[in-house]
Amino acid sequence: MLKLSHISKTFAPGTINAKKALDDLTLEVADGEFITIIGSNGAGKSTLFNAIAGSFLIDSGSIMLGGRDVTLLPEHLRARKIGRLFQDPLRGTAAGMTIEENLMLAAGKGGWFTRMDNKQRNEFREILSRLNMGLEDRMKQPMGLLSGGQRQAVTLLMATINPPSILLLDEHTAALDPAAADKVQSITEDTVKKEHLTCLMITHNMRSALEMGSRTIMMEGGRIILDVSGAEREAMTVQDLLDRFREVSGKAFDNDRMMLTTD
Amino acid sequence: MTISLIQTALELGLLSALAVLALYLSYSMLNVCDLSTDGCFTMGATVGAVAAISGHPYLSVPAAMIAGVLSGFIVSILQTRMGIESLLAGIIVNTAWYSVNIAIMGNASLLNMNRTVTVFTLLKDALKGTVFAESYRLIVAFIAVAAVVAFLSFFLSTRLGLAIRATGNNPDMVRSSSINPAFTTTVGLCISNSFTALGGCLLAQSQKSVNIDIGSGMVTIALASLLIGRVLFTKGGITVKAVGAVAGSIIFRLVYTIALRFNMPAYMLKLVSSVIVIIAISGPYFKDRLPVIRRRLSEGRRGNA
Repeated sequence: MLKLSHISKTFAPGTINAKKALDDLTLEVADGEFITIIGSNGAGKSTLFNAIAGSFLIDSGSIMLGGRDVTLLPEHLRARKIGRLFQDPLRGTAAGMTIEENLMLAAGKGGWFTRMDNKQRNEFREILSRLNMGLEDRMKQPMGLLSGGQRQAVTLLMATINPPSILLLDEHTAALDPAAADKVQSITEDTVKKEHLTCLMITHNMRSALEMGSRTIMMEGGRIILDVSGAEREAMTVQDLLDRFREVSGKAFDNDRMMLTTD
Repeated sequence: MTISLIQTALELGLLSALAVLALYLSYSMLNVCDLSTDGCFTMGATVGAVAAISGHPYLSVPAAMIAGVLSGFIVSILQTRMGIESLLAGIIVNTAWYSVNIAIMGNASLLNMNRTVTVFTLLKDALKGTVFAESYRLIVAFIAVAAVVAFLSFFLSTRLGLAIRATGNNPDMVRSSSINPAFTTTVGLCISNSFTALGGCLLAQSQKSVNIDIGSGMVTIALASLLIGRVLFTKGGITVKAVGAVAGSIIFRLVYTIALRFNMPAYMLKLVSSVIVIIAISGPYFKDRLPVIRRRLSEGRRGNA
């Protein structure tokens, strides 16, 4: 499905601030796989997602998505195959437009001059009702009136309304209050399961990194330093993960948010 | 104030409302500050005048609008594909259009249309002897504004219109919907500038002359009108707000006409419009700052002193 071959990216090359954000990274993601990604601050997790989504051109290496080389493809064209959620719930939706207008743009059906008809409106009402947030009765309200959790849930709907080849989740519940985070997390799991989505999820929660998905990778210094799946991962505890990190990287795990959530 | 003065104010208000609706699309929807309004307005006026003088009164209107589309296209290419700041792109285009507009008028800076057949004279002849005989200017202006408002209210709820609104709201989200924000910006500016040029064309034909300065200061006047409309129409959908923009333009002209009656010299128009824009934009800023200012005043100190 997704194949990253020896990709590298250095920001501000040749200056005193030069930072090697991705260092000869290779990763192959199988169809239907759900990978959780953990790592210290600045390990290159979000940069990896930016490279996949096409926010910048990588310095070297290649990116294949669904059998097609997308290395040079601009971001908005890759977006047909990629769904993405950010930590900030405001990033995925247009606040000044109504819920149904946001959904219509994400659905992208019909020509440029089509307008929303009742058939489409009913489809939107139906998928919104699955969130159990009462949003199906607020479809004509501006997105800006929704809470962070509601906005993130709608963003997830928008990202998966046309099932993408791959779904990128960048700590998409980290900015939500615990109840909303749980809710969005469970909607995510349901959607991924229902649509058989291939998914990469960055998380700061070590426990959910091991509980969710089928494979866990750990990043450090722009590389993948640990890649576990199957029986080995089944048997792993959070402490094992931390020990393995210290073992491979030679230092203690450092993620200011993660320290609080390693229970 | 006489009826004829009110009528003139309404006519001017409606004609400049076309430029205001253009800014409604570019400034309020796309969130682009398109300063090429002045040059584009003049270009619409010159192209429309040249077409009418050469004997094509009907053709003059679409010709002016096409000139506006071209003008908008160039401004948008400069900012979306050539890395020029949007403010600078507008200023550059304005400067360039000064030369181009003189060239369009055939190396002249003034064209007279006293005996030219225009859409206004055509309607005037058609209405001769009826009760509307004296309101032909108002009717042309009203039809043009109504057509543009109707178009906007339809267009802004199509998928392309939604994409344009989202571009001003959250370009990231537009990109993730597989739409290129550079494309939506280009389409939006082409459409908005066609309205501006239409306004220029009709204003020139209604006053039977065009000179190279016809559009100067238009962007500030239009912005002032837009912001007046925004203050008065805070609630409602896109159509209501578009009507608000038109109302803002008419109110601006009415107030200006009243001011003239109280012996304000006519040349004060541009100063007044600038002051309105300053108040309308900095008003909310000072409102935010008010608690800080009030406490500083009451505690008689500044900063961390």
